[in-house]
Amino acid sequence: MFNNEMKLEFISKSSNEAFARVAVAAFASQLDPTIEELADIKTAVSEAVTNSIIHGYEKKQGVVKISSWLTENEIIIEISDKGKGIENIEMAKEPLYTTKPNLERSGMGFTIMESFMDKVDVESIVGLGTKVTMSKTIKPKEEKDEDEFKMLMSNN
Amino acid sequence: MESKFYEEDKLLVLKITSEIDDYVVQEIRRKADYEMERYMPRKVVFDFDNVTFMDSSGIGFLIGRYKFANIIGAKLEMTNLGSSIKRIFEMSGILKLIPTVD
Repeated sequence: MFNNEMKLEFISKSSNEAFARVAVAAFASQLDPTIEELADIKTAVSEAVTNSIIHGYEKKQGVVKISSWLTENEIIIEISDKGKGIENIEMAKEPLYTTKPNLERSGMGFTIMESFMDKVDVESIVGLGTKVTMSKTIKPKEEKDEDEFKMLMSNN
Repeated sequence: MESKFYEEDKLLVLKITSEIDDYVVQEIRRKADYEMERYMPRKVVFDFDNVTFMDSSGIGFLIGRYKFANIIGAKLEMTNLGSSIKRIFEMSGILKLIPTVD
């Protein structure tokens, strides 16, 4: 079912956020995504990893794990931590809701993940950790070319 | 981040020269507040021309600087927003608080 798989582990330092999103983007690039699709994936990964570091571990040291799978036309990304967990997932997902306004957090993390990826699933147990699973379909190149062609035709 | 102050207009231009995430924000937040306090500008423009990536940390950063600008009596503007950055700002509603200029 999967064509490819990768796993990544790193300690919860915010300097690793850039490493994490670039690594996943490099893996995703095998599906030949557009620049926009790649930017969406990078942003969603950055949000989830930042959540693990800031909220899950609250800046204490822990390990963030990323697993990712590729199918013919889809990337699945699972980001997990063994941090403090989320008490109320529905509330955490609300736009602008944040438990850390003093750290200038915007509360937009889950909203961005949900709008940049096709599907976002959050599992969390207080005291044990959180796992975010996201997926995004990457259109094959021929379809993108067709779409572009149709758009050009409708504009003329 | 590069900063440039135009004395005659009391204008401070802060050009962000890196990706914007939680790690980077810790640094540029300190720098931006320092420059704003030092020059006491009437207007602060954040230039995003060199920003190739931004996540929601950028929203928190801008809201924080907006509050600080209010305290020192300065107006905030943003310029050169790329499409993905604009999209993130649009989702947050921040463009209603901080105008963008070309």
